[in-house]
Amino acid sequence: MKITMTVNGVERTDEVEPRTLLAHHLREALGLTGTNIGCDTSSCGACTIHVDGQSVKSCTMLAVQADGSEVLTIEGLADGDTLHPMQRCFQQNHGLQCGYCTPGMVMAAVSLLEENPNPTEREVRLGLEGNLCRCTGYHNIVQSVLACAAESSGAAS
Amino acid sequence: MIPAAFDYVRAESADHAIALLAEHGDEAKLLAGGHSLLPLMKLRLASPTVLVDVGRLDDLRFIRDAGDHIAIGALTRHRDLEISELLSQTAPLLHHAAGHVGDPQVRHRGTIGGSLAHADPASDLPAVVLALGGTLVVEGPNGQREIPIGEFYTGFLESALEPDELLTEIRIPKLDTLGWSFQKFNRRAQDWAIVGVAAVRADGHSGVGLVNMGSTPLYAAGVVDALHSGATAAEAAERANEGTEAQSDNNATVEYREHLARVLVRRALEESGLS
Repeated sequence: MKITMTVNGVERTDEVEPRTLLAHHLREALGLTGTNIGCDTSSCGACTIHVDGQSVKSCTMLAVQADGSEVLTIEGLADGDTLHPMQRCFQQNHGLQCGYCTPGMVMAAVSLLEENPNPTEREVRLGLEGNLCRCTGYHNIVQSVLACAAESSGAAS
Repeated sequence: MIPAAFDYVRAESADHAIALLAEHGDEAKLLAGGHSLLPLMKLRLASPTVLVDVGRLDDLRFIRDAGDHIAIGALTRHRDLEISELLSQTAPLLHHAAGHVGDPQVRHRGTIGGSLAHADPASDLPAVVLALGGTLVVEGPNGQREIPIGEFYTGFLESALEPDELLTEIRIPKLDTLGWSFQKFNRRAQDWAIVGVAAVRADGHSGVGLVNMGSTPLYAAGVVDALHSGATAAEAAERANEGTEAQSDNNATVEYREHLARVLVRRALEESGLS
């Protein structure tokens, strides 16, 4: 089946098997390997991307379901060499250890702040409940998101 | 993990979806948000040969005030329920529980209709709709019919839906709510409930639903019967396991689940304002 989606601002048309998962399509057909596959059972959130502006687990979505959609992956977040504020906050707050969960964490965190720009620490933890960090590095991940929220609200006021 | 091969058809309307179901019979499955079906297909526990995608039927995505009830389109996503001001005013139990389904990514995709029709005893929303006394509107080749939620669940992952029927709308009666509670006991935030309880107390209506206490979502008839007889929360909770058939698994034994059901029903009734 032929599908067309806008991936990181670029329109892509490809022939896919209906059973192709969106995560596999992004990684294997489009070469966007920043989207990791961890558990493959929609538990860990490593494959989190945005579809039409909302965080989703791309291992639990068919590529054909995203036909006509706007897809944003971790590769599309930065503006050229300038990191997205969330990426910079993860860097500055040591919000990662091995890095495997990081693309999914960052994408989930960006979606979280879009829905709730000024979350409490508890709201950040609940908002990231769909993302697991095997290094158990949650403390600095939460600090990174809170720092990004504080920075954004400071910039707005 | 990759699902077995299937033919994919995108439904253009509810009637088109029903015609496709009628054409393909048992071989076809409906795909809405896909967050119950796709994991089963990846594990090859389900291998439909035709997937009918109803995910783009936007006219089945609504939450509206219909006088004596709230009408919810079957394709309304959990996230839409979670942020609905109308629902927070008229059905706070459903509004709250929708925000506890899975995790944010799951709630962005999963739909209330998919969750109810999948008939998983471990799902949150069936117990909530049981407690609220909702009605399901389904459409098939012979037109529309209404099924009270209490008659909908017939077995493990089985419901009163015929193979060529589509769940289109969920009707939640507008209750004069006195109190409500949703108790979900799990080990990790995003997990399925080991045991869950949805309770509502309203003028002329008491309802309690149980999550993961048998092969289907369950209505706690014994508890509600006790409430009608004027029992206290603690007395009513002692009847939490009437009619349940809890299973043992890696998370909990039958005895532990039954203990949890009593404790969580008591907490739910107390949180609903019953002493």
